[in-house]
Amino acid sequence: MCGERDRREFYYGGTALSRPVGTDWSAEWDDYLHLRENPAGRSRELWYHETGCTAWLVVERDTVTHEIHGVRLAAGGRS
Amino acid sequence: MAELVATSPAKGLLPVTIGGLTLSEPAHAMMTGISPHTGEVAQASALLKQATGCDLPAPNRLTRSGDAMALWTGRNRWMLIGAPAPEGLAETAALTDQSDAWVAVTIEGPGAALVLARLCPLDLRDTAFPEGTATRSEIFHMQAIIARTGPASFLVLTFRSMAGTLVHDLTTAARAVAARAEV
Repeated sequence: MCGERDRREFYYGGTALSRPVGTDWSAEWDDYLHLRENPAGRSRELWYHETGCTAWLVVERDTVTHEIHGVRLAAGGRS
Repeated sequence: MAELVATSPAKGLLPVTIGGLTLSEPAHAMMTGISPHTGEVAQASALLKQATGCDLPAPNRLTRSGDAMALWTGRNRWMLIGAPAPEGLAETAALTDQSDAWVAVTIEGPGAALVLARLCPLDLRDTAFPEGTATRSEIFHMQAIIARTGPASFLVLTFRSMAGTLVHDLTTAARAVAARAEV
């Protein structure tokens, strides 16, 4: 939203997950709450532009090279 | 009953002149935070434009008209300085009076960008941060609104309680820049 900015302005917010549908307990909920991948490679993460525009972002980042492959506003809905 | 005296946030600390640079506190002005309701940015912008001459600027920009200035300060957030929020704006946007919550410092003179570059992670070169740019970033870990109001003048805003630290950090950086210029 506000262009390329310094890493120092951002805060890591964890893996970008898809919330399971429904309120009943299920294996999907267990997975959503407790289990995380630890990929060496591309991963989808949430980042917060804390000292900037205050937007939450979904960032596709390579955990090996730190290369950024894509960024979009988290507020835009799922895709 | 105690006598209360109104003072500005940086009273007694500013103005200072270091080398060719002047750090000063602009006259106290009314400040209003503006967050338009969902889908009503254009409406709020038109209302503001009609009343103050400033519309709600695009991200990283500011608009000015006379004493009034509207700065973009984040996602769906703007700050109006130097004019009261127009009548009716509260219908389309959430307004908060911020007048006494901030300290403002103007940095003017050659090398003003060099001083800020020592304190904040923004790219402040003329091409990346031209006159009319306004954004939210940090000054030595303090959240700040930083705007370029002229070719060699910047406006920095932080929370009022941080006035002393802000002036200290800016003057320290300004002295270092001035010292380098003499070498």
